[in-house]
Amino acid sequence: MTVDSSAASKPRRSAAGKAGTTGTKRTTRTAAKKSTDPELVQLLTPEGKRVKNAEYDAYVAGITPDELRGLYRDMVLTRRFDAEATSLQRQGELGLWASLLGQEAAQIGSGRATREDDYVFPTYREHGVAWCRGVDPTNLLGMFRGVNNGGWDPNSNNFHLYTIVIGSQALHATGYAMGITKDGADSAVIAYFGDGASSQGDVSEAFNFSAVYNAPVVFFCQNNQWAISEPTEKQTRVPLYQRAQGFGFPGVRVDGNDVLACLAVTKWALERARAGEGPTLIEAYTYRMGAHTTSDDPTRYRHDDERAAWEAKDPILRLRRFLESANHADEGFFAELEAESEALGKRVREVVRAMPDPDDFAIFENAYADGHALVDEERAQFAAYQASFADAEGGK
Amino acid sequence: MAEKMALAKAINESLRKALESDPKVLVMGEDVGKLGGVFRVTDGLQKDFGESRVIDTPLAESGIVGTAIGLALRGYRPVVEIQFDGFVFPAYDQIVTQLAKMHARSLGKVKLPVVIRIPYGGGIGAVEHHSESPEALFAHVAGLKVVSPSNASDAYWMMQQAIQSDDPVIYFEPKRRYWDKAEVNTEAIPGPLHKARVVREGTDLTLVAYGPMVKLCQEVAAAAAEEGKSLEILDLRSVSPLDFDAIQTSVEKTRRLVVVHEAPVFFGSGAEIAARITERCFYHLEAPVLRVGGYHAPYPPARLEEEYLPDLDRVLDAVDRALAY
Repeated sequence: MTVDSSAASKPRRSAAGKAGTTGTKRTTRTAAKKSTDPELVQLLTPEGKRVKNAEYDAYVAGITPDELRGLYRDMVLTRRFDAEATSLQRQGELGLWASLLGQEAAQIGSGRATREDDYVFPTYREHGVAWCRGVDPTNLLGMFRGVNNGGWDPNSNNFHLYTIVIGSQALHATGYAMGITKDGADSAVIAYFGDGASSQGDVSEAFNFSAVYNAPVVFFCQNNQWAISEPTEKQTRVPLYQRAQGFGFPGVRVDGNDVLACLAVTKWALERARAGEGPTLIEAYTYRMGAHTTSDDPTRYRHDDERAAWEAKDPILRLRRFLESANHADEGFFAELEAESEALGKRVREVVRAMPDPDDFAIFENAYADGHALVDEERAQFAAYQASFADAEGGK
Repeated sequence: MAEKMALAKAINESLRKALESDPKVLVMGEDVGKLGGVFRVTDGLQKDFGESRVIDTPLAESGIVGTAIGLALRGYRPVVEIQFDGFVFPAYDQIVTQLAKMHARSLGKVKLPVVIRIPYGGGIGAVEHHSESPEALFAHVAGLKVVSPSNASDAYWMMQQAIQSDDPVIYFEPKRRYWDKAEVNTEAIPGPLHKARVVREGTDLTLVAYGPMVKLCQEVAAAAAEEGKSLEILDLRSVSPLDFDAIQTSVEKTRRLVVVHEAPVFFGSGAEIAARITERCFYHLEAPVLRVGGYHAPYPPARLEEEYLPDLDRVLDAVDRALAY
């Protein structure tokens, strides 16, 4: 599906509008269906077969074997990094880790669809998107180790800090997108959140504000089926992508384990945003293969056979099958990547283990941009208190 | 240029000046455009600066503050209006978990120069949720600054300074004083935003107040003077940071302190002042620090608010009790 430039200045408000323009089948349906219905955009089957899609093929039509290998590499390295972080938590080097295992395609596909000047608002699980944005993965670990609460400059990579309070960032993304419009720029914003966040008022308010102001923002919902222990059925009566219709913009469900489909659909949505056509909701239908975090115990609320069914749809495996069947990658590529992967794991391990605790006085740093008399007073009291021990020890 | 104007008009003029001098300043909120806000504080601004800079928002406070944060991340300086004190709570999450903490969370990389204007306080015979004084709920949160002008001149200048601040500022507007007029010199050089001001000098007791209670304290001091008591009045202007040095200086002279605010006394700003001043001035105090304020009960229906709010007699009663030690 291509954007009709004659209508570029007008937001497409309804499902019918898009169908009328293109004559293709709509991805937003009016009839309520069970949210488990797999009614999704797919370009690569779980067996790694490329299937045609009239609407979205155009967005990956020019993709080169090199770029395909790049997507594969991104997913493999992200998974390796994620596994290393889980291990580091088990070894006591991190206090907590939120694994993205199983969601690599959703994150790499959407992340690689963004342009350098686009801005990303993640949750706390977007390690793959961070990778695509060029954030050093070790920078993500400070907050999980407990040495900071963020610690990277959001403006260096246009990748905002992780947001832990569920759904808050959807509004920040919307406001940022409103600012882009005011600046007359053609950048776009992408906001990540999950199926659980869809229940938050802030997410609905973000949908509404973005629609009212026609803001250039893409809402990328990774429906990984579980909000800690609660299945999607506990969050919604309608498939999540259908929520968009009530707010007046298109919603699409995409196979979240299909990196090509995620790339294509996100590119389409970002182009809509740039063309002044307003927000889009993408529901990437995927699965959280691991626990919610390292503190979680999924055996209390879900069965192993569910996981096994999703393993057959693994995002990395399916791209590998495609690369092999299309002769886009040889054994040498996979062996080289394996070595690169191990090197990344080693580097992450070394950096984390060497990560120093912050200075005690970091408590007071950056509480305010312009300072605050009470913070100054308490910092001085803290210093005197600390020094009182030093004096006693030094005096002996 | 000095001109006599109402407090609401002074804020309007201050917003106008900020919109004129900095293209990044935005005004946003419910009904701030054509209507000019329910108190007309933003009257005429949309007409002169357009809908892109004076923004009528959907009716959703969390959405207003959340998008203001996003706009600030993009380099804007939004001045947000919350229509009434009791309506701020849907936005409380965004203010506390996001606005207040993002500068620290980014290790200083991100600044959020957002001003949140909140008309607050009672005394206007309003319905429920229109008369509250929630300043302590914000002062308790590190990362926020909390101010409240008591007169038109401060309203003008403190708004200028709040907008220039790189920290988020909660700007509480004493709605019952919106129509009180005072001289505003728009070419004066203002004092620092977070310093208290001695409104009236005295020797027997210090009255500390801010926002709508400053005027009441002036009436109290006048009445007490007729009885031969000399009261000093300090207008705090800022609740966070709080100018303890100024209070200490005054109390070391008068040796007695009464704190007056509309907010409930329990865990109110008066409690913090009493604790800190007791610590700083223990050997100077002739009496315990007394507080006059609202009760630990929901704000009452309008027909009872005169009984709930501090008034001349209640403050004088506290003054008498402090002087009796």
